[in-house]
Amino acid sequence: MNDMRITERAVDLSETKISARNVQVFYGDTHAIKDVSVDIADKTVTAFIGPSGCGKSTFLRCINRMNDTIDTARVTGDILIDGEDIYDRRVDPVQLRAKVGMVFQKPNPFPKSIYDNVAYGPRIHGLARNKVELDEIVERSLRRGAIWDEVKDRLDAPGTGLSGGQQQRLCIARAVATEPEILLMDEPCSALDPIATAQVEELIDELRRNYSVVIVTHSMQQAARVSQKTAFFHLGHLVEYGETGQIFTTPRDPRTESYITGRIG
Amino acid sequence: MSDIAASPPAAGEGRKTSLLRETDRVRKRNAAERRFELYGMAAVGIGLLALAFLLLSILGNGLSSFRQTFVDVPVALDPVAIEEAEASVVKTSRYRDIIEGAFVSALEARGLLEGIDPEEAAGIISEEAPAQFRDYVRANPEAVGRPGEFTFLVNGRIDGFFKGRVTFESAELDGNVTPAQLRLAERLAGAGLIDTRFNWAFFTAPDASGQRPEAAGLGVAILGSAYMMLVVLFLALPIGVAASIYLEEFAPRNRFTDIIEVNISNLAAVPSIVFGILGLAIFINFAGLPQSAPIVGGLVLTLMTLPTIIIATRSALKAVPPSIRDAALGVGASKLQSVFHHVLPLAAPGILTGTILGLAQALGETAPLLLIGMVAFVGEYPDAPPEGLFDPATALPVQVYNWTQKADPAFVERASGAIIVLLAFLVVMNAIAILLRRRFERRW
Repeated sequence: MNDMRITERAVDLSETKISARNVQVFYGDTHAIKDVSVDIADKTVTAFIGPSGCGKSTFLRCINRMNDTIDTARVTGDILIDGEDIYDRRVDPVQLRAKVGMVFQKPNPFPKSIYDNVAYGPRIHGLARNKVELDEIVERSLRRGAIWDEVKDRLDAPGTGLSGGQQQRLCIARAVATEPEILLMDEPCSALDPIATAQVEELIDELRRNYSVVIVTHSMQQAARVSQKTAFFHLGHLVEYGETGQIFTTPRDPRTESYITGRIG
Repeated sequence: MSDIAASPPAAGEGRKTSLLRETDRVRKRNAAERRFELYGMAAVGIGLLALAFLLLSILGNGLSSFRQTFVDVPVALDPVAIEEAEASVVKTSRYRDIIEGAFVSALEARGLLEGIDPEEAAGIISEEAPAQFRDYVRANPEAVGRPGEFTFLVNGRIDGFFKGRVTFESAELDGNVTPAQLRLAERLAGAGLIDTRFNWAFFTAPDASGQRPEAAGLGVAILGSAYMMLVVLFLALPIGVAASIYLEEFAPRNRFTDIIEVNISNLAAVPSIVFGILGLAIFINFAGLPQSAPIVGGLVLTLMTLPTIIIATRSALKAVPPSIRDAALGVGASKLQSVFHHVLPLAAPGILTGTILGLAQALGETAPLLLIGMVAFVGEYPDAPPEGLFDPATALPVQVYNWTQKADPAFVERASGAIIVLLAFLVVMNAIAILLRRRFERRW
């Protein structure tokens, strides 16, 4: 499995970006996340793995408070970003989400032009003072999304007309356009073919330079390829969290071992 | 289901069946399928037949109302006679004398007056003609003193004669027309003085009294309906869309919103006459708005259309995939921004379609309007909006109802004509709705 890696395992002692303490999530009566505490480092790709329904996506959605949009969801415990509790009464989720970008499982570009897709975030946050600045932001974001060369001649074309992989990279470009510090990715490659997946994975590694990236994935190979840290979730518990190499070679918990060897999940 | 329950012959049992022959079971199944297809075709056929019958009877009765018979009369505009007429108490009766005199002398000059006395001959001109003539004279004072060629409406019975509604036999029994008049009309038509042409006045003229169906038109009814549609559009659309957005995107799901939801659906099922009573009680008796006014009709129809628009808008909003909302929220848009920047534009075609269908429904609604006094005879046009909204007017479907109540068969023809106009409006509105849906249909 090691030879599939595209990242060097340089897990230096970068500082903690997100710190979760005793997080519990309930959907109505369902206890979806049970007492999860985890420290996620800056400028690192952290992968959440685990079987379906284990709560990894739920936990991811806590980090930018997307669970707020679900009426029955209730979150307790603390999640700190740079030492600030994001569930504090004073925190506006809209401001938080500008700081914590998100890429979804299914590519979901707005049914608008490619340009408008990327420019939307900067526009509503007032990041550009004029058209020239906005153009710059759009170009920079599309470059970061590794899709600039493919779309630079047709920025007015609808974003929904792109291929699946291009759409997903467009969504990544859209997410980085608001200058977030953290990028959450909820199974970003599950709707993509292997070639598009490889492109997105390469991109994720690039993004590590600037952002703290948290990625939920069903594919253990993907976690092994792109991440430096891996967290294994099972039935709402965070079973094991550590360096990716260690998780995949010498897991400490028997459940982790069963999962990565394919006996559960 | 029962097919599955039957156990298949065990493999290798040796019961050979040919694929070329239908088994009993298959034969039965195929027969059932064919039978069902026949039932379906019969059902569709009955529907189409009913539609064809409806269209045929309405078009057959009503198309003739788009044409009207006119008679050409040369009238010398004698200043003295006109001055006398204007000085008299019943002015139109003097004008009538002028017209009749001119008509009779024109007939005499052409030798068409044999076998009929002059007064009887003059009876073929419509009662409406003196008023038309006087209006012309007052509008064109410079024409006085010069001879002119005028085109007057003919009496409804004579018009009916040219449309096949009145015959010599029916004229024998009719107190309003004599066979001699019909013969005169025939001779006039032969001489080219009477002819039937397209009837613009049917769309522009106000309603006319029972004595002169030939002059009755839909002008006031069309205006009244248009005013009411304006009121409905400007009230029901914003209220309905605002309510739907709140219920669909912002309101929490709880018992209270459930009750609201159920009641909106119930509201859509309330018989329209109940809305009429409501309108009478609230808008006229309580709020003191005038009777027969398009504003009241519009308000009542707004109440009726609201549930339709809310239901359509909610389903249009529901049809926008949640991934779009996620995407907007994910880049830090507020709830309001995500709705107004992304969800609403995507739902707009559905909302418009629902609105147009709601308007079409409101346009054809009669019962509530009867209760708020729009069934009255209105001979004058309402003013331009917004003041005109408070003037008396009628509405298209009510005009149909009104005309079908009249004894004169000429009004039945008009009623059918009004139905054609109403149907044309409805077809156009539905066509616009379908076009919008086709044009902006989106796939994700």
